[in-house]
Order: sequence, then C-alpha cells, then structure tokens
Amino acid sequence: MNTWIAIGATVVGCYAVKLIGLLVPAGALEKPLVRRLAALLPVALLAALTAQQTFGDGQALVLDARAAGVAAAAVALVLRAPFLLVVGAAVVVTAGVRALSG
Amino acid sequence: MQEQNALTDLHVGPEKPDAAVVRDALGVGVAVGLSGFAFGVTSAGSGLTLLQTCVLSLLVFTGASQFALVGAIAAGGSPFTAAAGAFFLGVRNAFYGLRLSQVLRLTRAVRPFAAQWVIDETTVVALAQPTRRSARIGFVVTGLSLYVLWNLTTLLGALGAEAIGDTAAWGLDAAGPAVFLALLAPMLTTGTERAVAGLAVVLGLGLLPVLPAGVPVLVAALAAPVVLWAQGRRLGGEAR
Repeated sequence: MNTWIAIGATVVGCYAVKLIGLLVPAGALEKPLVRRLAALLPVALLAALTAQQTFGDGQALVLDARAAGVAAAAVALVLRAPFLLVVGAAVVVTAGVRALSG
Repeated sequence: MQEQNALTDLHVGPEKPDAAVVRDALGVGVAVGLSGFAFGVTSAGSGLTLLQTCVLSLLVFTGASQFALVGAIAAGGSPFTAAAGAFFLGVRNAFYGLRLSQVLRLTRAVRPFAAQWVIDETTVVALAQPTRRSARIGFVVTGLSLYVLWNLTTLLGALGAEAIGDTAAWGLDAAGPAVFLALLAPMLTTGTERAVAGLAVVLGLGLLPVLPAGVPVLVAALAAPVVLWAQGRRLGGEAR
C-alpha cells in the first residue's frame, strides 16, 4: 500500500511538472536565479544518489564490487562511450569482481 | 547555455534532411530505451510488483525519478520522502518544457499528450535541430521510440528478474548508479556544477547513517542553493 502511495504521488508530481513547463508563458520561469537553481538541483540530487547507491547498504556505508563497477562506468564516460555501454560496463565489472572474490 | 544557442540558431541554421533527423532521434531513442531493462530488473529486485514496475514506466516515464523512487523504497524510505526525491529530480523537466514549447509551438490540444515525452533525451535531440520542422520530427521520433522501447524492456526486465534470481550476483545493482552517473556527467561543465556535486556527495554519504532513508538525498539537494549563495557572496564581495 505504501508503495502505491509513493507511485501515485510520483506519477502526479512528475507529470505535473512536465505539463507546467509546456503551459506557462515564457518568462515566468526565466528569472536567472530560478534557472540557475533548476539547472543545479538535478546535479546535487544525481550526485547524492550516485554516491548512495554506490556506497550505501541500507543505512550503512560499504565499499564493495559496486564501487568497481561505477568506476568502470566513469572510465567509459570519459572515453565517450554510448549510454548502453556505460551501464553495461558497470554491470559486467561488478558481476566480475563478485565472481572473482567469491 | 547550449539550449540558448539551439534556440537562437533555430531559424538561421541550414536545412537538415528528415532522414538524418530520424536517424539521430532513433539512435538516442533505441540506446536509452533499451536500458529500461535495467530499470525493470532493479525495480523487481527492489520488491515492487510487475504491475507497479510497469505503471512507473508507463505513467512516470522519466528514468532518473523512477530509479530514485525504487531505490528509496528498497532502502526503506517512507512513501513521501521517496516520492519527494523522485519529484525534485523531475522538476528539471519543467524547464525543458519551457524551452520546447518555444521551439515546437504545439497547439493547446496537443500539449497534455506531448508533456509525457518531455524528458532529457527528447529535449537534447529537439534543441539540437536547425529548424522547427526537424525539431518536431526529432521530438516525436525520440519520444515515440524511447517510450515504446522503455516500456517493453521494463516489462521484460521485471519478468526476467525472477529468472535471473539474485540480481546482485549479476551486477545489476550497479546499473542504477551507472545510469545516474551517465546523466550527471554532461552536467558537470563548470566549477560551480562540480562544487555542487561534491558537496552533495559529502552530504548524501555523511548523513546516510544518521537520517531516515530518503531524507539525506533531500538534504543533499540543498548543496545547489548553498553553492549559489556562497558564489553570490564571493562575487558580491569582489564587486565592493
């Protein structure tokens, strides 16, 4: 039930912000400070999420095979690999490290 | 800044063959659409049902928010902090929509339907086009191919999660952070973005052990206004 509440809120919220962008008259969201903040908020959220899903295990911080996988993804990104290859590198390296370390 | 260039160039750019636009759009749509498989597996592995997983891809359809939501649910976050994190990640789409409505000039009747396709990838493709016609083609082809494939592969991933068994053994728990990193990397263009990312990582990891699940990410979002404020103070100080 809790999961459905979260899903419902996310569906409504995410659709609303998409539609608002198309409906508001140009200029309303064009204040420089608002634009700067809107560009920086995803940076903060994505950075925190990346770090947590790489090093977090519940409420504990751990260093495991995921770190190697995400590092491989970072290398793929630096080499300008396509999206799928970046994700694939993370998955393969993580699985490989786990298989080797038993 | 790239967005602004795309907009000012809209009417002066050279014509681009429709086939070339379609090819570019399909390239993005197919590559990103296929990664719905990783979402399906991750979501099912996080304990969501097949129906819940597919509803997310059909009705939310903004990858980072979907991964964030299932990640927060798996970590035991409350439904409201989980949804709040997903929502804040989706807010950027409002700013994409603002740009797109100027470029695409959609009629009022079409906007509620086009809205669902307002995401990173459709925006990037549409704004990169030289003319309104090619921007519209790019938006529709990217949106359609990505939407269809993302939902198909979500279903396959969720169905396959059980057959795959322990998703961790296959390294699929690294897919989520890798997707986030791939979305984040192109945004880290200046020192300001890097400072925000660095502070957010410190806050997100530092607060993880002490705050309830889902809350540390919301606190980490404060890195954006904090860095802007610090920058404003520094610039203000220099001006005086």
